[in-house]
Amino acid sequence: MDPLLIFPEPAPPELAQALDLGGWSWKSIGDPDAAIAEEPDGGWTGAIVVADVDPEGALAMCRRLRRGELPLEPLLLLVTANQLEDLKLREDLYDDFCVLPIRPVELSARLRHLFWKTGRGTRPDLVEYGPLALNVETYQAAIDGQPLDLTYMEYELLKFLASHPGRVFTRETLLSRVWGYDYYGGARTVDVHIRRLRSKLGEEHAGLIHTVRSVGYRFGQSRWGV
Amino acid sequence: MENDDRKRDYVLRTVEERGVRLIRLWFTDVLGRHKSVAISPAELETVFDEGLQFDGSSIDGFSRIQESDVLAVPDPGTFELLPWAAEDEPSGTMFCDITQLDGSPFPGDPRQVLRRNLTRARDAGFEMFCAPEVEFFYFAEANRGIPQPLDGASYFDLTTADVSSDLRKRTLHMLEALSIPVEYSFHEDSPSQHEIDLQYTDALSMADAVMTLRLTVKKIALEQGVHATFMPKPLNGVQGSGMHTHLSLFRDGQNAFHGPDGDEGLSDVGKGFIAGLLRHAREITAVTNQLVNSYKRINEGYEAPRFVSWARNNRSALVRVPIIKPGKTQSTRVEYRVLDPACNPYLAYAVILAAGLRGIEAGYELPAEAEANLHELGPDELSTIGVEPLPSNLAEALDEMEASELVRETLGDHIFEWFLRNKRAEWNEYQRQVTPFELEHYLPTW
Repeated sequence: MDPLLIFPEPAPPELAQALDLGGWSWKSIGDPDAAIAEEPDGGWTGAIVVADVDPEGALAMCRRLRRGELPLEPLLLLVTANQLEDLKLREDLYDDFCVLPIRPVELSARLRHLFWKTGRGTRPDLVEYGPLALNVETYQAAIDGQPLDLTYMEYELLKFLASHPGRVFTRETLLSRVWGYDYYGGARTVDVHIRRLRSKLGEEHAGLIHTVRSVGYRFGQSRWGV
Repeated sequence: MENDDRKRDYVLRTVEERGVRLIRLWFTDVLGRHKSVAISPAELETVFDEGLQFDGSSIDGFSRIQESDVLAVPDPGTFELLPWAAEDEPSGTMFCDITQLDGSPFPGDPRQVLRRNLTRARDAGFEMFCAPEVEFFYFAEANRGIPQPLDGASYFDLTTADVSSDLRKRTLHMLEALSIPVEYSFHEDSPSQHEIDLQYTDALSMADAVMTLRLTVKKIALEQGVHATFMPKPLNGVQGSGMHTHLSLFRDGQNAFHGPDGDEGLSDVGKGFIAGLLRHAREITAVTNQLVNSYKRINEGYEAPRFVSWARNNRSALVRVPIIKPGKTQSTRVEYRVLDPACNPYLAYAVILAAGLRGIEAGYELPAEAEANLHELGPDELSTIGVEPLPSNLAEALDEMEASELVRETLGDHIFEWFLRNKRAEWNEYQRQVTPFELEHYLPTW
C-alpha cells in the first residue's frame, strides 16, 4: 500500500507513534510542492494534515491536495478545539476532522471509516461499492456475487472509477490515469469503454456509472447528494 | 511495455481464477476468413513470451517462397471469455498479430496492415473511428441451390413467431457480452434479411469486432440449424447485403470533420477526406468488394451505390454526409456505402483510410454534391455532370487496383500481389462457368 501523506514535516511525534502502532505506512511532507514532487506512482493513499502549529500552511496544503487533477482523498484534518470555528465554509477541504490531542484509537477508527466511505474497504486488495466488489490482487470483479467478464481495459476503468466514488472525472483525466499512452482513438475511447462497461454491469446496475453532461463521468452517488 | 506485462498478467490470472480450459487464438487470412487455433492454459505463458509457431503456407495469403513458418502473438488487450462456452468448460479468446520468426510484423497479416496505416494516421494527428451497419440473411439451409428465406417479413416488420428475431436477440446478447455494443438491429427489407448496427469505436477494434460479429451471427444461427450468410447478393430480385460504414477522424479529442456553420458543416479535413475517397474509389473497390458476387449487389435497379459521388441527403451516392442534430458536432461523419460484409475489414478500413488521408494531405478539391437521384440518370447525363461509375465487375475492379500506387503502398507488396493473383484466378474460374442464366435463356432457343 502506498503511504499516507502527513503534514507538517517532521510529523508530530505522537501522531507518528499512533500511525506506527496502527500499522499505517506514511511519509511526512513539509509543503505543497513536495507533495506533488514526492507523490508515489500509485498516488498518496490519503492525507493527515495537522493544523495546530502552522494553520495557514495546513490550509494551503489542503487546498493544493484537493485542487489537483485528481483531488486527494480521504483527507483527515487535525485541529485544536480553538480552531473549530475556522473550519466554517471550508468543509470542501477535508473529509473528516479530529480534535487534538490525538487519541490513537479514535485516529484509527476515523481512518478506517474514511477508507470505507471512499470505496477502499478495510482490506487493501478489495474495492467495494454497493453490490460491486473488485479484487485488485486477482483482477476479478463481481456484482451481486456474480463474476463480471471484462477485458483488461474495462477492468482497469471500473477499478479506477470504483476507487473514487462520487468523483466526476473528465475523459482526459480518465485517459491519462487509466490508459496512459497505449491505445487507439483518443478521448473518445473513454466513451466507448463506458458504454461497454454499462452493458456488462447489466441493466440493473448500469446506473452506477453516471454521465455528467459536458464534463465526464461519475461512479456511484454524488458526494453532494445531487 | 510495462502496460503489456500487466495485460498479460491480467489474462493469466483470469484464466486461472475462472478455470478457463481452452484459449482460442484468432487471426484472419488475407481474404478475411476467420482462423482459430486452440491452446491450453498451460501453454499460455510461453505463447505470450515466444508466440505460437505454425506453418503459414496452409493459410491463404500467408505463404512465401522460402521460410513459411510464422508466429501468432496474442494481443492480451483483446482477451474475452466466450459467452457461448459450456459452463463446465470456460473458454477464452484473443486476437493475434502475426509476426515473422524474428518478431518483425509478417507482411501477409491483414491486422498488421491496418495497424501500420492507423499509426501513419496517428503520426498525422488523426484517430479513425468506424461504425458499420452489417447486413446478412438467414436461410433454412446452407446447401447449394436455392437459398430458403426463413420468413417473408420486410423492413421493421413485427412478426411474432419469428425465429429469426429470436436468433437476432440472442446474437445481440452475445455481442454485448463480447464488448461489442450494438446501436440498432432490425429486419431489413428483403425476406429474412437483417441488419446490426455497431456503435462506433477505433478502426482496429472495429475490424476485430466485425470478425467476431460474423462468427457470432453464424454460430448462434447454426445452433438452431439456420445458415446465416454475409454473401453480398444471395437472392435474385431483392436487395443484397451491404456494410455501410460511418467514418470520422478525430484530432486532439475533437471531430476533425466538423467545420464552421454555414460552410456545409465540413472542415477542410472532412472535405479532403471525401475528395480522397472519391478520387480513389475505383482503385479500392476490389478490396471493399472482393467477390465476383459483390458486383451483383451494386448493379442497376437496387439501392446500392453505383456511381462515384457524394451527397448530403441522397442515398444513391457513394459517400453520404448524414445531417447531424444541432449541437452534435462530435457526430459529424461520412458514410461509405459500397462496402459489403464479405470484405476483409482490416484491409477495407486500411484502404479507405489511406484514400481519405491522401485527399487531406494532397489537398484534393471536393467536387460538387450530387443532388439528383443518380440511379435515374442516363450515361450521357452522368458524364455531363462528371460522375464516373464504380467498377461493374471484379475484373474491372482488379484492373483499377493493379494500376493503383495508393493501394500497393497501403497493403504492401506481399498482400497486393497475392490478392491480385488470387482474385484473377477466381474471376477466370467464374468466367469458365456455364450459369443457370445461360441454360435458361439459351438452351431452349439455340
